[in-house]
Amino acid sequence: MLERGLAAIRGTGHRVVNAIWRMGYASRFFFAVLTHSGMSFRRFYLTVKEIYFAGVLSLIIILVSGLFVGMVLGLQGYETLQKYGSESALGTLVALSLVRELGPVLAALLFASRAGSAITAEIGLMKATEQITAMEMMAVNPIARVVAPRFWGGVISMPLLAAMFSAMGVFGGYLVGVVMIGVDDGQFWSQMQSAVDFRRDVLNGVIKSGVFGVAVTAIALFEGYDAPPTAEGVSRATTRTVVTSSLAVLVLDFLLTAFMFRGI
Amino acid sequence: MERTTLDLWVGLFVVAGLAAVLVLAMKVGNLSTFNMSESYILQADFDNIGGLKARAPVKSAGVVVGRVTAITFDNATYRARVSMVIDKRYKFPKDTFGKILTAGLLGEQYLGLDPGGDEVMLKGGDKIAKTQSAVVLESLISSFMYNKAAEGDANAKKP
Amino acid sequence: MPSENLVEIRDLNFTYDVRPVLQGINMDIPRGKVVAIMGLSGCGKTTLLRLIGGQLKPSQGAAKVAGQTVHELDSDALYRMRRRMGMLFQFGALFTDISVFDNVAFQMREHTDLPESLIRDLVLLKLEAVGLRGAHDLMPAELSGGMARRVALARAIALDPMLIMYDEPFAGLDTISLGVIGNLIRHLNDALGATSIVVTHDIQESLKIVDYVYFMSEGRVIAQGTPAEIRAVDTGFVRQFVHGEIDGPMPFHYPGATYAADLALEAVHA
Ligand SMILES: Nc1ncnc2c1ncn2[C@@H]1O[C@H](COP(=O)(O)OP(=O)(O)OP(=O)(O)O)[C@@H](O)[C@H]1O
Ligand SMILES: [Mg+2]
Repeated sequence: MLERGLAAIRGTGHRVVNAIWRMGYASRFFFAVLTHSGMSFRRFYLTVKEIYFAGVLSLIIILVSGLFVGMVLGLQGYETLQKYGSESALGTLVALSLVRELGPVLAALLFASRAGSAITAEIGLMKATEQITAMEMMAVNPIARVVAPRFWGGVISMPLLAAMFSAMGVFGGYLVGVVMIGVDDGQFWSQMQSAVDFRRDVLNGVIKSGVFGVAVTAIALFEGYDAPPTAEGVSRATTRTVVTSSLAVLVLDFLLTAFMFRGI
Repeated sequence: MERTTLDLWVGLFVVAGLAAVLVLAMKVGNLSTFNMSESYILQADFDNIGGLKARAPVKSAGVVVGRVTAITFDNATYRARVSMVIDKRYKFPKDTFGKILTAGLLGEQYLGLDPGGDEVMLKGGDKIAKTQSAVVLESLISSFMYNKAAEGDANAKKP
Repeated sequence: MPSENLVEIRDLNFTYDVRPVLQGINMDIPRGKVVAIMGLSGCGKTTLLRLIGGQLKPSQGAAKVAGQTVHELDSDALYRMRRRMGMLFQFGALFTDISVFDNVAFQMREHTDLPESLIRDLVLLKLEAVGLRGAHDLMPAELSGGMARRVALARAIALDPMLIMYDEPFAGLDTISLGVIGNLIRHLNDALGATSIVVTHDIQESLKIVDYVYFMSEGRVIAQGTPAEIRAVDTGFVRQFVHGEIDGPMPFHYPGATYAADLALEAVHA
């Protein structure tokens, strides 16, 4: 009985120590990525290639999702607003929800599952097949050559993807609200423009998506780099990337929103 | 993949992303309707601003002509001082009337300007003299109730 | 001339977690020679190469390369040293996202400012040496196991290193390629003035090309000598190894409970 209790306590302690150790390890990793970022910019082609894989290849899913989310917002928003006779505020509703929240958050969640998981799997497999070790043996630092360009590729892609998501969503809302349902075109845009502030809404949205880009890419890279070099290890790491980075996006979104829109 | 095609795709991607930001700024946001550099400042004192907030629009005849920049409490007069920036293109007479209005029943509050007939125009730093406070729903309701009650009393007194 | 040994290994011990893998290894690899390290699977040969390359740190003792103790170097110095080492990995470890050509060109592009036309000539030269010039456009996934190994070999020698470590260069090769690669290793070593360490199971092929042989078993050096000396030995493990006999002093099985005990355990569970 006592034995078992002690074992449980020891197990908990072990897990806590492990978690703290991992966090320390992760921050050292992140720091190393930042300090080894020189090559990503000196040889910008390396980063361009990663923007292609993280950004360009995520375009389709981002644009299509953005369009449909905007269209749903248009439908639901109209349904609710017309009860109060303020369907002219549809543009405001669609644009504000997208620019402030849905654009950055949904784009980041899609990015985590589309690009983040791919990054983890790729790095994990490179490690499992000794490519990372081989690179080290060739006197090439894999953090600088492999990890940092992927980091900057993701960080650059994310805000652009989020902006495209929002723009596409506003277009979707316009299609449903104005073209299909027949909300007045002028009111739709003018109300939107008078309610959406560039600094408070648009710029804060861009900043948010930048932070999400850093979080998602850093988590994906760390999970890949830390994955045990086995098929099972890589598959678990990929799952963890999607779960952890999605949670991180939602928690960060709350914190950033509380911070940015406080007192407004 | 060929390096040139890759460069092309990434270039297109970045341009499209920046274009999206631009669309959000100009078409969705207010960056095009309002330009800070070509504007002048006005002030107005109110007894009660209700739910007016900084960055609320300033409208005249329904057109957005400016934006509220700051709301402060003046400790000498115990009134609210509202500062706003107005687009240079729009001029208003000295005796313009400032009101705090609500867009729709539940919409956000904005500052409305009713131009008067004065020959002299307001210039930067001037103060709008005539103002009408926000309609505060609670006081509206309570005065309505009071009137009703008074009416009821009057009715009761009648035989 | 600082020392006639390029690599010196002294009392080297290494432990994975708690299990000792290498125990008291002493080796000298003279400059300009080709030295083979042989031993049964799992006896710690790859681990030894990793210690020489500085990927692992010894728990005791040291490996010295060109007079420098590898595990005491800081990362800059270690990278400087590795630029002059080439390593063929046991499983190839080709970069799967770039072509065969780019794999071989990788180090040239990373470490030199050579113009692309010269890099092209050099890469084709290295690929020609392993007989795969025609395959330079392929991706690693499109290669057979033996081809991948030869590409990895071409990549290991891309920058003409002073020390080349081959981890099982002969695995997965047909008899013709085997002879060609064996000769290539010898030839490269002499032409470049390099020093080579060849880890292999293929005793017959390696005895033809090497200058010296170390035999390892269970983390220790158990025999050493020139090919002539090795061939002359007629007893014990060396004979067993050279002639591929199953019975002999060297156990074939990984240490563990006896087979009978394992089987009995199985029977209890059933
Ligand atoms: N990452 C590791 N963690 C724990 N033990 C390991 C690890 N890698 C190797 N070992 C153990 O170390 C011992 C030596 O391994 P090593 O890879 O050096 O063998 P080897 O001589 O190269 O064998 P082979 O000829 O089969 O390649 C083995 O018993 C193996 O179980
Ligand atoms: Mg091995």
